[in-house]
Amino acid sequence: MASALINVPPRARRGEIIEIKTLISHVMETGFRRTQLGAVIPRDIIRRFVCTYNGAEVFRADLHPAIAANPFIVFSTVAIESGTLVFEWTGDNGFSVKETAAITVE
Amino acid sequence: MERRRSRREFLKTVAAGVGLASVAVVRPAGATPADMQAAVRKVVGGARVTPGKVKLDLPPLIENGNAVPLTVTVDSPMTEAQHVRAVHVFTEKNPQPYVVSFYLGPRAGRARVATRVRLADSQNVLAICELSDGSFWSDSAGVVVTLAACLEDGI
Amino acid sequence: MRLLLALNLLTVTASAVAGEIALSDRRSGYEFMSRETRAMQDDDTANPGMLWVLEGGALWSRKTRTGRACADCHGDAATSMKGVAARHPAFDASRRRPVSLEQRINVCRVARQQAPALAYESRELLALTAYVARQSRGLPIDVATDARTQPFLDAGRATFQRRQGQLNLACAQCHDDNWGRQLAGNVIPQGHPTGYPLYRLEWQGLGSLQRRLRNCLVGIRAEPYEYGAPELVDLELYLMWRARGMPMDAPAVRP
Repeated sequence: MASALINVPPRARRGEIIEIKTLISHVMETGFRRTQLGAVIPRDIIRRFVCTYNGAEVFRADLHPAIAANPFIVFSTVAIESGTLVFEWTGDNGFSVKETAAITVE
Repeated sequence: MERRRSRREFLKTVAAGVGLASVAVVRPAGATPADMQAAVRKVVGGARVTPGKVKLDLPPLIENGNAVPLTVTVDSPMTEAQHVRAVHVFTEKNPQPYVVSFYLGPRAGRARVATRVRLADSQNVLAICELSDGSFWSDSAGVVVTLAACLEDGI
Repeated sequence: MRLLLALNLLTVTASAVAGEIALSDRRSGYEFMSRETRAMQDDDTANPGMLWVLEGGALWSRKTRTGRACADCHGDAATSMKGVAARHPAFDASRRRPVSLEQRINVCRVARQQAPALAYESRELLALTAYVARQSRGLPIDVATDARTQPFLDAGRATFQRRQGQLNLACAQCHDDNWGRQLAGNVIPQGHPTGYPLYRLEWQGLGSLQRRLRNCLVGIRAEPYEYGAPELVDLELYLMWRARGMPMDAPAVRP
């Protein structure tokens, strides 16, 4: 049950650069920690984050274990047209979360 | 306090000093600056990396290495002709040197990305950006990582 | 280890318990943090604790298998839960003692929602507690002190002032007498619970006040009380009373 918090302005002027903030709950287990008994806790991280804007990829990030738990990513994109922003996180153990946000560009 | 010494070495010294059995600090051996350079080579290939154009923002001191805010800004018009293709971040002393790679492009409008990273110890962090003309630029910043007293595991 | 050495120095030099912090000298742990960590708390779009608040909001409206949803009785939490977290621990007539917010939620689940109690520190209980506590943001802490709660408040105060553990330290020695000083790299806060449940960077997750208190007890090498133990609830009551009037800022972020 992963929750994601996305912050996208609902409307923007054409050509305006908008800042997008994303936060998703995920333990980002590094694979370097051990249990009290010494067994390695296996790696379990989000490996990729992609944002598409009306189908076109506008931002991508490849994550490694050094990204803090509950990954927080801030990036920007130019508001070119009204439509849908789709955010997708994928990672180890079949992790896959998709969220969308609508934007009105005038 | 000598902040340059690794936390693991400090703990062993203190443990010896108070006559306790040495603490088995189960952290893996950290990467070395050489490992970081090898990782950089893997990403940039044979290209030269020049300091400049990129700005890596990190707090000089943070109370806990589990979530260190990091911002990378590149001075670029972000046009079709001239833009940032990618930003790569590396560390010197984490168990492995890669942190994150961001892929931008002219649709970003502005070359500024932020995230939160884990730092295993006080160390230098390196940011390298790749421009649309194929050139690579870098910036590095040092962070001192302190730690709270009452930790859950009692170490 | 590093803590052991530092605390050894502290116990040698610290004299008898000097007394409680003057009301006007009280400061939230927020003020002892770095600018960057404070920024993490201030921005709801960046505060990881808000992920639990988001989940809590969803749980608030979800019906239990045989019973009702919280929303069915309490409606919109922004109205009905306003001030609730600021008043807990609160006296529960059926138990004849104060109960923490977590316990109150479980009393509701069992008695009114026909649902099993949620385990302490479980994701669901933390999410609901965070959601409820968020509705008290900015409100002054206001736990009731009357004939019914007084004995428990006194018991909590006694625990706070009693030396415990292998290091033979009382909470008061660090948090009343030596707040603002450095201990093992970080500043000792006054120990006010204004931000709970909070996202602790050390935990890489959200946790309750009781989890933090148990950490402290482990830190002074004392046997930590079990979750929900009367000693911990009494201590929570005392800490909230000690912080009376200070504004709540859950979910906070702390190192």
